Amino acid sequence: MGDPNSPFSPFTGRRCPEGADEGQRHTGQKVAPPLTCLPASSPRERGEESLPRSAQPFLGFARLLRRHAFAIAPEQITSFMQAVTLLGPRSMNDIREAALATLAPSPDRRGEFEAHFRGYFYGDTRPSIEGEEHDETRVKDDRGTREEEKQTIRQEKGGELSSALEQLSSRDFQRDADGLGQFRRKLASALPARRSFRTARTRSRGTLDLRRSLSEIVSADGDIPSPLLRRRQPVPRKLLLLVDVSGSMKLHTADYLKLAHAAVQGADRAEVFTFGTRLTRITSALRVRDREHALVRAAALVDDWDGGTRMGPTLLAFLSVPRFSAFARGACIVILSDGLERGDHSDLETAVRRFSARAFRLSLASPLAGDPRFRPATSALRAILPALDDLVDGSSTGSLTDFILSLARLAPAAETIWKRVS
Amino acid sequence: MANPDAVAVAASPETIAERLAASRYLADDSLATAIFLAIRLGKPLLLEGAPGVGKTEAAKAVAELLGRELVRLQCYEGIDAGHALYEWNYQRQLLAIRHAGEHEIDIYDDRFLIARPLLQVLRAPERRVLLVDEIDRSDHEFEALLLEFLSDFQISIPERGTIRAATQPIVILTSNRTRELAEALRRRCVYHWIGYPEARREAEIIMLRSGDVAEATARAVANAVQEIRARPLAKPPGIAEAVEWANAATILEKGGSPWPEAFRRAIGVLIKDEEDLSAIAPELGRIVGEALA
Repeated sequence: MGDPNSPFSPFTGRRCPEGADEGQRHTGQKVAPPLTCLPASSPRERGEESLPRSAQPFLGFARLLRRHAFAIAPEQITSFMQAVTLLGPRSMNDIREAALATLAPSPDRRGEFEAHFRGYFYGDTRPSIEGEEHDETRVKDDRGTREEEKQTIRQEKGGELSSALEQLSSRDFQRDADGLGQFRRKLASALPARRSFRTARTRSRGTLDLRRSLSEIVSADGDIPSPLLRRRQPVPRKLLLLVDVSGSMKLHTADYLKLAHAAVQGADRAEVFTFGTRLTRITSALRVRDREHALVRAAALVDDWDGGTRMGPTLLAFLSVPRFSAFARGACIVILSDGLERGDHSDLETAVRRFSARAFRLSLASPLAGDPRFRPATSALRAILPALDDLVDGSSTGSLTDFILSLARLAPAAETIWKRVS
Repeated sequence: MANPDAVAVAASPETIAERLAASRYLADDSLATAIFLAIRLGKPLLLEGAPGVGKTEAAKAVAELLGRELVRLQCYEGIDAGHALYEWNYQRQLLAIRHAGEHEIDIYDDRFLIARPLLQVLRAPERRVLLVDEIDRSDHEFEALLLEFLSDFQISIPERGTIRAATQPIVILTSNRTRELAEALRRRCVYHWIGYPEARREAEIIMLRSGDVAEATARAVANAVQEIRARPLAKPPGIAEAVEWANAATILEKGGSPWPEAFRRAIGVLIKDEEDLSAIAPELGRIVGEALA
C-alpha cells in the first residue's frame, strides 16, 4: 500500500489515497512504464505469482466485475491485458476502451460498468451503483421524457419493496398443488406452432433430400432406392407475458409470477415483463429453476410494486425498444391486467393496437372477468376490445393455465364473444 | 495472431480512424480502438447497435481499408450448414456419374463443391473479410455452429477432410440485439456497441455521405433528428434515414420549397411509420424551427 511506485493495491483494487485526486489521474507516466513488462505473448501464464505486479490491477478489475455478476471468462481477461499492451497504453482512456472491447459488458449495464471502472482505477469514493446485484435491465427508457418520473419512483421504493418480498416468500408453500408443474410440462407442446425454415427428415410428404439420397445412391452402387425426404418442421411460437403489478392487482401478482416462472421453465422461448409505472424485464430472474429463489430475485428487480398504473405509456415504452418489439412479432402475447387505466386511455389504445398488429394472438386476462356479472364496460376496455383476440378470466391460476394451454385452438374474437354476452 | 499485412495497416487506432474516414466512414475513437484490437488480437469483432446506426457500413469500410473483398453471410431464422459452409452440387454429381459410365470418377472433386461464405473466407483469408450480418436473427443451433468455426477457423467436410485457414481470417459480426447472444460467442469476440452519434458527428456523417447538402442543412438535420429520437417512437430514425432526409430536403428546396417547408414535406423518408408520423406531426414545425435556428 505504502509503496509510492505502485498506485494500486492489487487485491482490494482501491487506489491508494494519495493518488486519488484529479491531478494525478492522468497516469500516463505513472502507469505506463511498469506495464511495458507485460508478457503479451504468453497468455498461458495465468498463475498469479508469475503475473507481473503491474498487470495485477487488470486481473483485480476483472475480479471486481465478476463479484458484481458480470460474466467474464478467463480468456477475456487475457485479451484485456493484451489489448492494454497493444494500445500502449497512452492514457487511462486506452485502458477503458480496452476493457469495454474485451470484457464486453452488455449495453444495459454500461453505466454500472463505468462506475466500477472509475471506482477502481480512479479511486473515486464508491459511487452509488445502480442495479448492483441483478443481471438484468430496468427499462430501458434512457430517453429524456421519462427522466422526472424515474426520480419520483425511486423515492417510493423502500417499504413497498420489502413488503412485496415478504408476501412472496411467505405464501410459497401452501400453493404447490396448483397444477403448475403439469402446466410447465405441457406448455411447450401446447403452444401454437408455426413452420420453421429448418427442415427435418420425414418419411412422407416432403421435398427431396438430395444430400442423403445421393450418398444412398453412391453406396447402393448406382441403384436408385426410394428417395429420402425432408420437410419443414413445426416450432412452438414465442410466449410473451406482461404482468401488471400495480396496486389494483395486488391480490393476484404473486400467483401470476408463479405462473410466469412455470412458463419460463416450460416454454422454449418465453419472456416475462412486469409493468406498473415502469417496465421491468424479469425473464432472467425467472430462469432460476428453484421457484422460491427465482421469485425472490424477480421481486427484487421490480421497483413499482403495488403502485399506480400507467398501462398505456409503459406498454408503449415496451414497443419502443427494438429488441422487445421484435420479440413480440409473431408471438402469443398474454397481458395479465385488469385493464383499469386511469385518465386518458388513448396511449393504451395505441399500444394495444400495435401489439395486436405484431402478435400472433393477443389476449388480456383480467381477474375481474372471473365475476359472471363482468362486462367490458369501462371506456378503456371498450376501446381496446376490437384489437384483442381474447378477453378471459384471469382470477385464478387454474383458469389461466387452462387458457394458455388452449392458445393453439381457434376461438372467436373477443369482441364477438362479449357482444353475445351483453 | 492476425496476418502481417493487416497488422501493417492497423498500426494504431488513429491510423484506422483516418483510413476509415478516407473510405467515407467516420468512426469514433472507441470503434476505431475496437477495430484495431480485433485485427491485432486476431479475434472476431462483434458490433451491436440499434437498426440504422451503420454496423454493416462499418464492416464494408473495414474491408475497404484492408483492400479486401467483403463476403457477406446474411443470417435468418433456420439458416443451416448448407447455407453457411458448403454444399455439394448434387445434380452435377449425378450427371457426372452417368456421364462417366464405366470410368472411375471422383464425385467429391472441387468442381462439385459449392463454397458458401464461411468456406470462401477460409480458402482465401488474406483476400477476404467475412461479415456475418444480423446474427441475432439466426437460431441457437446456428450460433453453436458459428462458435465452432470462430474458435478454430476450420471446417471439416467428411468426404474431403478438414480445411484450415492459412492465416487468421478477419471476421465481423453484427447484431441488432433482438435477442441476447450466447455468452460463449460474446466472449470470443472483441465487442463494440454502436450508439447514435452526437449531433456534431452526425452532421459530419451527413455531409460525408450525402450528395450535395449544405453544412447548415446537415447541422439542422442532425439537431432535429436528435430531438426526434428522444421521443418514444415505434422506430427511431437511424443515421441512414437522417442522410436521406437531408438529401430529400435539399432536392425539394432546389425545386422551390422554402426551408422549414422542405423539411416537413420530406419527413416521409425519415419516419416510416404512420403512427409515429402522426405523433410527431404537431411538433415537427417547432423541432425543425429550433434546429434551424
